[in-house]
Amino acid sequence: MSPLLYVAQRGTAVILAVAVAVHLGTILYAVRGGLTAGEILGRTQGNRAFLLFYGVFVVAAAIHAPIGLRGILREWTRWRGRSLDGAMLAVSALLLVLGLRAALAVYVA
Amino acid sequence: MNAPVSTASPADPTVEAAPGAPLTVRIRRDGGFQAFTVARRPAQTILDVVTEIQRAQDPTLAYRFACRVGMCGSCAMMVNGRPRWTCRTRVAAVAEDDGLTLEPLRNLPVVKDLAVDMAPFFEKWTAAHGAFEPGAAPPADFAAVAPDSPERRAVDAGIECINCGVCYAACDVVTWNPDYLGPAALNRAWTLVNDVRDRGQEGRLAAVSGDAGCQSCHTHMSCTEHCPKALAPTFAIAGLKRATARSALKRLGARHFRRPA
Repeated sequence: MSPLLYVAQRGTAVILAVAVAVHLGTILYAVRGGLTAGEILGRTQGNRAFLLFYGVFVVAAAIHAPIGLRGILREWTRWRGRSLDGAMLAVSALLLVLGLRAALAVYVA
Repeated sequence: MNAPVSTASPADPTVEAAPGAPLTVRIRRDGGFQAFTVARRPAQTILDVVTEIQRAQDPTLAYRFACRVGMCGSCAMMVNGRPRWTCRTRVAAVAEDDGLTLEPLRNLPVVKDLAVDMAPFFEKWTAAHGAFEPGAAPPADFAAVAPDSPERRAVDAGIECINCGVCYAACDVVTWNPDYLGPAALNRAWTLVNDVRDRGQEGRLAAVSGDAGCQSCHTHMSCTEHCPKALAPTFAIAGLKRATARSALKRLGARHFRRPA
């Protein structure tokens, strides 16, 4: 892992530590409060703070996860080189597209 | 600094066996284990046991030692699954059910029986730029290094390494990634990164970065746990992570945000 990947992984870990805690807290609040799907969507629709929060969350996860996955694959398999790096870029792109699509869908729903 | 001798309680009857009591020693040889029996003796070390077996029972047993007093770092082996200096480990402190299992150091190729080939270990020491680099021209004056400066303290914390290979054998990351430079080489690099006289820092930081370098450390702390000199290579590696990250960010900044002249 290059020093820049290392910095990127540690930096996004800091963001994710906060984002995951807020995300889980929100889920608990929504479920325990007895909110319906419609009520939840009513609160998220058009809420720019919600979109910004989940946008940052998704970008951080899309950077963080493939770097860690690359390290695990290098240690546990013989996969090395450009094909591995290319595959991890694809994983990052997939997480980014799926995550942002979901956040946007709830924002505009 | 000498390694602390284990302070196992003599009150425990399983620890201090009576002199002459039999001790079963299983030694890994030729892909299997061979069992020997030796008599327990007062203050007996693991090295005493191996030497007694070689001299009295099987002269073909291969192992390595030199100083016998914890100075040279030659006699390290796996003792009941843990890497240790055999000259500074007493049988009474580590015997389990009046038995010992001895194996060659982990993560290194075996030459014969308990002797390993240390070449990969020292090759990595060199690959991590573990030698002082004075620069092309000699400095104009002596470097003044204050004993209490942070750099000198960081050097002091790791400089007593004698390259015994115990940390290398204890490291799981070396097992998973045979290219990984390992704790000893990275610890040595960290002492030189903090040497204000050294002129090879850029090359050294590049050498200790990457998939074989400091960023691959999982901070399991096995090296720090097992080091017979009570050094802390984990913290040296953490220092290298910081230094390489700072250096990489500076280079990135210089490349993208440099003001036009």
